[in-house]
Order: sequence, then structure tokens, then C-alpha cells
Amino acid sequence: MQDWIKIGRVEDIPRLGARTVQTDKGDIAVFRTRDDEIFALFNRCPHKGGPLSEGIVTGKVVVCPLHSWTIDLETGEATAPDEGCTRPVDSKVVDGLVWLKLESAKKVAHG
Amino acid sequence: MNALPRQKLVVIGNGMAGMRTVEELLAIAPARYDITVFGAEPHPNYNRIMLSSVLAGEKQVDDIVINPRAWYAENGITLHTGDPVVAIDRAAKTVTSANGVVVPYDKLLLSTGSKPLMPPLPGLDLPGVVAFRDIADVEKMLDAAEAKQRAVVIGGGLLGLEAAWGLKRRGMPVALVHLMPTLMERQLDVEAGGLLQKDLTERGLHFFTSGQTEEIMGAETGRAQGVKLTDGREIPADLVVVAIGIRPNVDLAKAAGLDINRGIEVGDDMATSDPAIYSVGECVEHRGQIFGLVAPIWEQAKVCASRLAGRDDAHYETPPLSTRLKITGIDVFSAGQLAAQDEADEELVYRDSARGIYKKLVIRADKVVGAVMYGDVADGSWYFQLIREKADVAAIRDRMIFGQAYADTTCKGHAGGVNVAATSDDAQVCGCNGVSKGAIVKAITEKGLTSLDEVKLHTKASASCGQCASVVQAILTHVTGEVVDAKAAGMCGCTDLSHDEVRREILHQGLKTQDAVRQALGWRHADGCAKCRPALNYYLLCAWPSEYVDDYQSRFINERAHANIQKDGTYSVIPRMWGGLTNPTELRAIADVVDKFKIPTVKVTGGQRLDLLGVRKEDLPGVWAVLGKAGLVSGHGYAKGLRTVKTCVGSEWCRFGTQDSTGLGVKLEKLMWGSWTPHKVKLAVSGCPRNCAEATIKDMGVVCVEAGYDISVGGNGGIELRGTDHLVRVTSEEEVLEYCGAFMQIYREEARYLERTAPWVERVGMDYITKRVVEDAEGRRAAFARFVFSQNYAQIDPWAERASGEVDAHEFKTLAEVG
Repeated sequence: MQDWIKIGRVEDIPRLGARTVQTDKGDIAVFRTRDDEIFALFNRCPHKGGPLSEGIVTGKVVVCPLHSWTIDLETGEATAPDEGCTRPVDSKVVDGLVWLKLESAKKVAHG
Repeated sequence: MNALPRQKLVVIGNGMAGMRTVEELLAIAPARYDITVFGAEPHPNYNRIMLSSVLAGEKQVDDIVINPRAWYAENGITLHTGDPVVAIDRAAKTVTSANGVVVPYDKLLLSTGSKPLMPPLPGLDLPGVVAFRDIADVEKMLDAAEAKQRAVVIGGGLLGLEAAWGLKRRGMPVALVHLMPTLMERQLDVEAGGLLQKDLTERGLHFFTSGQTEEIMGAETGRAQGVKLTDGREIPADLVVVAIGIRPNVDLAKAAGLDINRGIEVGDDMATSDPAIYSVGECVEHRGQIFGLVAPIWEQAKVCASRLAGRDDAHYETPPLSTRLKITGIDVFSAGQLAAQDEADEELVYRDSARGIYKKLVIRADKVVGAVMYGDVADGSWYFQLIREKADVAAIRDRMIFGQAYADTTCKGHAGGVNVAATSDDAQVCGCNGVSKGAIVKAITEKGLTSLDEVKLHTKASASCGQCASVVQAILTHVTGEVVDAKAAGMCGCTDLSHDEVRREILHQGLKTQDAVRQALGWRHADGCAKCRPALNYYLLCAWPSEYVDDYQSRFINERAHANIQKDGTYSVIPRMWGGLTNPTELRAIADVVDKFKIPTVKVTGGQRLDLLGVRKEDLPGVWAVLGKAGLVSGHGYAKGLRTVKTCVGSEWCRFGTQDSTGLGVKLEKLMWGSWTPHKVKLAVSGCPRNCAEATIKDMGVVCVEAGYDISVGGNGGIELRGTDHLVRVTSEEEVLEYCGAFMQIYREEARYLERTAPWVERVGMDYITKRVVEDAEGRRAAFARFVFSQNYAQIDPWAERASGEVDAHEFKTLAEVG
């Protein structure tokens, strides 16, 4: 089952940047836009598994650092002409805290 | 032949129409008149159309002067500026100026232009309310922009939009109030007007359409404070620009008793109701029509000059008109009829909303009578020509909406571009200045012109609005048979400006942050994109080394993490080994760090250094801490910056070495390390012409010889192999450092981001590089000084900063672990 899990504060994530969250299902990249919107995606580019958390964030997309695929932060879809999708993760912000909807957690640690 | 006694011509109005008439007159009858000109403004004759470019910061006032004072002197014209004429005595045939100057005339030319239309609004006379008409208005707006105040522009026609855009580019928040539901409704149909509003909204302008101004607020403060609309909406503002239109300035003519309707009435010969008095420009009314665009006014000037010269065969007829908006990156074109007026008219429409392109042609009886275009106006002048020539388009009707190239390809079997070869010599190319293809071809062949600027200078074609520049360029290419360098493409999808233009504006407007650049230059996306952001970050850093704060989110991961990302997401670490030298302490530290962090691979790079491959990101600060203790610093093996200086062993060890190449390599590297550049930069120093360090395929290479040092530049051993070009031979190491530093700085300042030295050198040419670095000793020393200055801010070891845990610590830690 899935639960909302608190993973940190909005300010912990750099604006137009990302941080990662390690889970037993794989790393999740959590992005913050210019307007402090938060998005989360599994941290693997659908192309060759590049770490999306290391890409340049602009508007609501991130550009993969390995081969410059452009991935939509909302849907995880690659932008045409490329095709592919990385799984998005539900996120929400409450009182400046970031929550992700994840498999039940054994522990929560802040970095 | 006896010369006729000279007559006296007085011109009232020193604007574009009056002076164009005088120019035309001097060309056909230079000795007929003694000419006196009165102008109300203190400036010589300038190009009023370009005021919006001055406002937008694209031009300076001096750039838009058409005829400097020297021109008046050369042509024997008496000029009174800042002294308006206040009375005409038609019986005595004299004019009197405000300063009391009285001048008799045989012929009088009224070119008094127009006044801004000011609606009867409460608050119109408050300080902070301006029109958009002359240089003084623009100066007031620029003062307000300097203080970054808020502006409201009233009027969504050409003038208002250009004013709004100019203020926006100057960094002001701008709202625009327009009475009608869509913008530029007299030139654009609803569809194109809507696209225009959408584009401008994306660029940050705010619109209040269907907005009727009730008053300009500010009674209490005594300064304009905002605008109130009749529907109750209020818009705060410190500057209110009223640009709803113009009306002919007829005061003087009216007082003199000439026939006036809306404007000064003139016949086909441009004479007023008094045959000794002529009139041209925005002040006239001809067959019920008044004028606000320049093309018909040039035609009037021609007819009027011919009449003044004593010829009686010239008649003025209003030509079809075309309109274009002078907002960088927004392409709008319209000509003739905007829409079908009855059942005899047909419309052809092409709409590509994804690309923001809209084209409409209005056709009547197989002839084009109107064109409205948005987004792609490349074929505007072709459609306009079809309209003017009343050409029968039945044969190309099914494909003409796709443009001339396509229509030509399929009907005449030739492809691409503007078909200048097939255009007749009398076809008009430049609508503003009435220049035909034949006149351009003649000027090119007779005067040997080779550039667009020269053609502009000699023929005036494309010297006004610039809309026909591509056609003029095509004619030039066609006549000279050379492909002349086309305009560089925009730097990315966020802007149509080229890299060079953006850099120029950064310096010119003193833009010091990325947001300021994007706002002032009208970026389409607030964040920019992954293409322009690293470039802007570099350009700002290069322009303002002591002031700009680096934006690390605009750097590619390698530069952000100060290590090279590899295919599996791990990183590689290359410490600096000055000139390729190392020692036991450094080697021990490297061995220790490899053990401690279980680094899988150590490799010697092509640039004589050791590469530690397969480091996990979170281990980077720890790796750097160990290396730092042994004195190793970042080798910038990941950077668009100085990488390596490869050397041989030179005179210290080699039988053939002529100079200390290793020592010189170390000195060069100590001078240049840490410098950010448009792309990676590699150097090498070889101790003799055997060139063991392969110096002649580097960005800068030094080959030592008995007599000194041969410096060569622009080499590349990478994707496209290129040998260096010889720059200079010098005799001392100090000179090597100065020449290389100067070359580096000029490359930093002038090359485009991601352009290595090899393509840059090929683009600008070795002659240029030689001129800057070798022949201009003062310029070289200044460039070197700028480089040394900027290095004060660059030579900080990024590894030590991050190993301390005080810089970008979050970069190397995960936010959380779950499960």
C-alpha cells in the first residue's frame, strides 16, 4: 500500500534544481521550479537511465545530463521527437514540507 | 546659357517629408533656389520612424540623424532649428519665426507634420504624462525607465505597441490600454491581432483591451499615478504614454487662410489652395486621405520636388500601403484590404497555431488585393508586389499561400529563395524609399558594392524599416555571384537574437543578471532553456567578472559538480598536474584516495594527467579532501575552461630542446588555470620543432626555436582535425604570456558559447586575429590586463571550497532515504 511520506522542506531543494530520495524501488528525483512547484520522477531517463536529478531544470521540464533528452516534470514523458516515459511520483507540499506518495516506509531520514 | 536668377524657397518643418522633398529637388534642380529651413525641434533632420528603436535601446539618437548640419551647409541651405515659424503673410510673401526672423519667399513648402492626438481626459496635463512623437518625448520615457517605474501606454496601434515594447525592453513593467477588442485593428484582422496579443503577453506585457480611459489619476499628488477605465478598472503607473494616433498639424496653414479639411488640402500636384504654397507629409489631406506612413510621403516628396523644379507632368496618386511592426522578433505584415468585403472577394487562409503562423490573402478577380501575415512574413514583399502590380495570380493561386519559393518551384521549375533573376527591373523593392530592383542593380555594378550596408548607404534601399533587407541581400548575391554571410541564427528557441547581439546588449544595456537579460531582451520563457542558460551564465561572467554571481543551476552537471559525469552516473576526477609534472607526495595521495574510496580505474589522459574513474557522487568531497591535503587542485577536466598545458621535457633534459618548454608550460598554466571560456581550451609547449607535445593541434601552441618562441593558434585535435595558424614569433617568455593571455581574452569576449577556437579563428579570419593581437600593441596589452583582472575572481580552487563542506553541500547528499 502507498502512504504519504514526508521527505523534507521545500527550501532543501534548490530552485531550478533537484535532490534525490533513495528508496528500495530506486532513486526518486524531486524537482523544484522557479515558482516553488515540486515534482517527483523516478531518477532514470527512459533513454539510457541517465540521472535526471543532475539535469538542467527549466519551466516544467528537465534536460537529461547524458544525452539531452527533455523530460516533462508533470508526466515523465520525453518531449518529441524522443519517445519514452519515466514514472512520475505523486507529491504535495503542506506548510512548506514536501510529501511523496510511496510504498510504506520503514524509516525516514533527512539529508 | 544664362542661369536663371535664383528664387527663394522657404521650408517650414525640418522633418522627414520636408527634407526628402529638398533632397529630391537638389537632385534634379540644384541651382534653382536659395533654400531656408525652419524647424521647431532643436535637432537636425532625423528619422522619426526609428524613434521606437531609440526607445528600445537598439539605436542612439545620433544613429537616426538623416542629414547632419554639415549637409545643410554643403548644400547652401540656411537652417533655423528650435525656432518655429509663427506667421505666414501670403500677401507680402514672407514668413516670421518665433525669434522674429522674417524671410521672404517665392515658393513656400509646408511640412509641419502632425501632432499627437490627445483625448479630452482629466489629468492629461499632469507631469508624468507624455506623447510618443519626438526626441524630447523619448528622453522623458527613458528617464522614467531609468528609475524602473511602472508605465501605462494608452493606444494599441503601431505607435502604442512600439512605445510599450520599448519601455518593456528598458525594464519597466508595462500595461497597455486599447479601446478596441483586438490590437492594431486597422492593419490586422482579428485572428492576427489575437496572435500578436498572445505573443506580447508571453513577453510580459499586460493588456487591457476594450478599455476606455476615463481619467488619468493623480490629482492629489500632482503627478500621474495611474489610469482609471470607465468600467472601474484602475491601473497604477508612474508614466502614462498617450499614443492613440496623430492628427495633421494645420495651425499655421489655417491662420494663413489656406483651405483646410482634416489636413491641409492639396491637389495631385501637391499645391495648396495658394499656388505659391506646397505641402507634403502628415500635415496634408489628399483626396480625403491623410497619411501616417512613410512610403506615400516619399512619393509626395518626389512629385512636389518635380513641381518646384518647374516641371508640370508629375501627379501624386496614393499607392497601396504596407505596414510592419518594429518589435524585435515579432513579425507582422499587412497590406491592402484586410478582409473580404463582399461576395466578389475571396480569402485564402493558412493557419499553423502550433508555430504561431497565420497568413491570409484577399483575392478579387484573380488579383491579390490584400495580405495579412503573422509569424512568418518572409513573403510579405512578394505579396505586396503582386498587389501593386495587380498581377494575375490564377496560375499560382493554389500554392501562393505557401510563399514565393514554393509557387516558383512548382510553376517555373526553379527552387528556393527569392527569385530575383525573374523580377523585372522596375519592380519596387524598397517600399519606404521607393527604390526599384534596377536602381539597386545599377548601384551595385557601377559602384562595386559588396555589402548590404553599402547598398543601404548608396541607394537607401532597406535603410528605413528594413523589411526588404532579405530581398536586397538576394539581389546583391545574385549580382555579385557571391554568397554573402547571412545573419547568424538566434541563440535558442527563447529568442531570435543571435549570440553576438545578446552579448552586445549585455554590455550596452549594462545587464548584470540572467533575469535582467531575459526581461530586457524579451525572452519567450522566463527560465530560459538548457541551451541559453549556460551561454548567458558564461556571457555575464565574462562581461562582469567582479560583479556577476555565478548561477550554478545554469551549469551542466560536470561544472556544477566539478567532476565529469560518466555513462553509469559515476564521476571521474582529474587533479591538476602543472605542465604535466608530478611528485611522490601527489602520487601517494592519489594512490591513497584510490584505495580509500575503492576507485576502480586510474588512467593517464591525453593531456598528461591522471584520471580517477568511477567515483560515486557522494564520495567526491571526500576524494577532494584527500587530494587537497597533498596540494592537488581541480584540473578542470570537466570545464568549458582551461584544461591542460601539455609539454615536453625541453632544454632541461632533451638533447634537442632549445628552451625550457616544461617551465614555460607551468607558467602558462599558472596564468590561465580556472578561467572560464566559451568552450574547453587546451595548450601545449614543445621545446623544439620536433614538436613532441603536439603543440600545433592545440587551441594555443608554442614551439620553442633557437631564436625564441613561435606562437600559433586555432588548432584542434578533436572532432575535426585542424592544424594551428602561425600568429607571431617572440623572443621572451613574458611576451609569450602576454600574447597568449590577450588571445585568450579576445576569444573569451568575442567567440560564441560552445564555439572552440578553431571554428572561431576560421570565422573571423587570421587577419583579424593578427590585427588584434600582434599589430595593435596597445589593444593587446589592454586585453591581457582584462584577462589578468578577471583571473582574480576565477582562480579559486572549487574542490577546496566544496571539500570544506561550506559550498553546495546539498549537491552531494541525498535528501532522504526511505524504506
